[in-house]
Amino acid sequence: MSFSADRGVRRGRVVEGVRAYGLIAGMWIRSTMAYRTSFALTTFGNFAMTALDFVAILLMFSRVDALGGWSLPEVAFLYGLSGVSFGLADLAVGSMERLGRRVRDGTLDTLLVRPVPVLAQVAADRFALRRLGRVTQGVLVLGYALVVVDVDWTAGKLLLMPVMLLGGAGIFCAVFLAAAAFQFVAQDASEVANAFTYGGTTLLQYPPTVFALDLVRGATFVVPLAFVNWLPASYVLGRPYPLGLPGWAAFTTPLVAAACCALAGLAWRAGLRSYRSTGS
Amino acid sequence: MGAGSGRLYVAVAAGGFRRYATYRAATAAGVFTNTVFGLILVYTYLALWDEKPQLGGYDQAQATTFVWLGQALLAALAIGGGGFEDELMERIRTGDVAVDLYRPVDLQLWWLAADVGRALFQLLGRGVVPFVFGSLFFPVALPREVSVWAAFLVTLVLAMLVGFALRYLVALSAFWLLDGTGVTQMAWLAGLFCSGMLLPLNVFPGALGEVVRALPWSSLLQAPADVLLGEADPLPTYLFQASWAVALLAVGRLVQSAATRRVVVQGG
Repeated sequence: MSFSADRGVRRGRVVEGVRAYGLIAGMWIRSTMAYRTSFALTTFGNFAMTALDFVAILLMFSRVDALGGWSLPEVAFLYGLSGVSFGLADLAVGSMERLGRRVRDGTLDTLLVRPVPVLAQVAADRFALRRLGRVTQGVLVLGYALVVVDVDWTAGKLLLMPVMLLGGAGIFCAVFLAAAAFQFVAQDASEVANAFTYGGTTLLQYPPTVFALDLVRGATFVVPLAFVNWLPASYVLGRPYPLGLPGWAAFTTPLVAAACCALAGLAWRAGLRSYRSTGS
Repeated sequence: MGAGSGRLYVAVAAGGFRRYATYRAATAAGVFTNTVFGLILVYTYLALWDEKPQLGGYDQAQATTFVWLGQALLAALAIGGGGFEDELMERIRTGDVAVDLYRPVDLQLWWLAADVGRALFQLLGRGVVPFVFGSLFFPVALPREVSVWAAFLVTLVLAMLVGFALRYLVALSAFWLLDGTGVTQMAWLAGLFCSGMLLPLNVFPGALGEVVRALPWSSLLQAPADVLLGEADPLPTYLFQASWAVALLAVGRLVQSAATRRVVVQGG
């Protein structure tokens, strides 16, 4: 009896959190739209900054025909998947990287006294619609890749596409959440998170065959970024994955994402409990 | 400029150095992040040069050296932003710059001194460790002659001047635009693309390569790298960098006098 009541309360909190997230994000969108020109310019800037990485890849392929044995359409496929997954996660929860500042100056206290889940408030804090620029850039490259890449499409491979995009976004959300949890203890060292968020998406833009095996192992078993695109995309493209994992591993992205989010959630809870505010 | 004001600017530079040296955890975090990005980039470059040895006239060891040099200089030369310009723009926007202009010091030299102090700290604090890490674990092409290292240091000083002069112009745009976000972003893009940070400029195809090598941003990373790697003679490189430094600093001075004459400080 009490168990089911407890579950009811928990579900209530999740619904409440999502609702609060929507309200706060909506407020920030309205505030952004007060300066439409500024919004258009910063969205374009976001798009252009992200596109720079792909320009580098295009410049590389202007001089060579393959990188690590992968052709331009295949690398573009990887790039598009990584870009869209990361872009969605960045849009949804990327604001969490500002948490370090709130911990340092003590303004996190304000969020703690409001009757709304802290995670929802932190995730929606200064919700930046301009990050659609990054998503758009990823979608464009993915679209280009899908037109030019040579794939024998099967039902399984088609099904895998939305699964890996959403699962990949889930994995990146977990990275952002873990990075935010780390900021409770990191103080000034918040830049470390960039190595895993922006560094992670940069790593996944290139074929796994380019990197040393130890790095690929680390990105598969320690910080399982490989499940965002390396593993599922290798399956779709019919390429062997360097670590020789079984074929079904390509379909485990949602499970890995769920496990990562659960672990990151625990880390977040531990971080929030350890928060002692600022001041003398 | 007398000895007294010379001492003043040295003190400002020392202050800039100490200010950044205060944040040790942030520095360590920066070292870690630069090393991770260096690792990712170095493997893509190794793959690129595996595919085409001698691409752009570099061998593989020179290409890996270029990667680690880029990570070492990224923060010091503020190629991707992060120098003094955000602060100066904020002072222009809020009107605090009026206080700066009342001081019996030169605005451009004041910020130059502070930025040189910051650059020196970030070169030593953030740049050296990733570079040493890269040199230990990857094949690199480092010169044995002390003279080449000395020439490289001269190119670094000139690179700092060019980098400052470019960012000073970016900051001054706030006198007219107030919100410098757009300009900062464009400067950031140009810096990453045209300095060689994205890809060595000698790898750029055809005419595009010629154009980017003539632009001031190539003074930042490409020029010091080519001197260190023995791909360019020091004297013409000095001349190229110094010309851009003088020209851009002079333009900065012109814009500064136009700005201070024409623009009414906010809240006045």
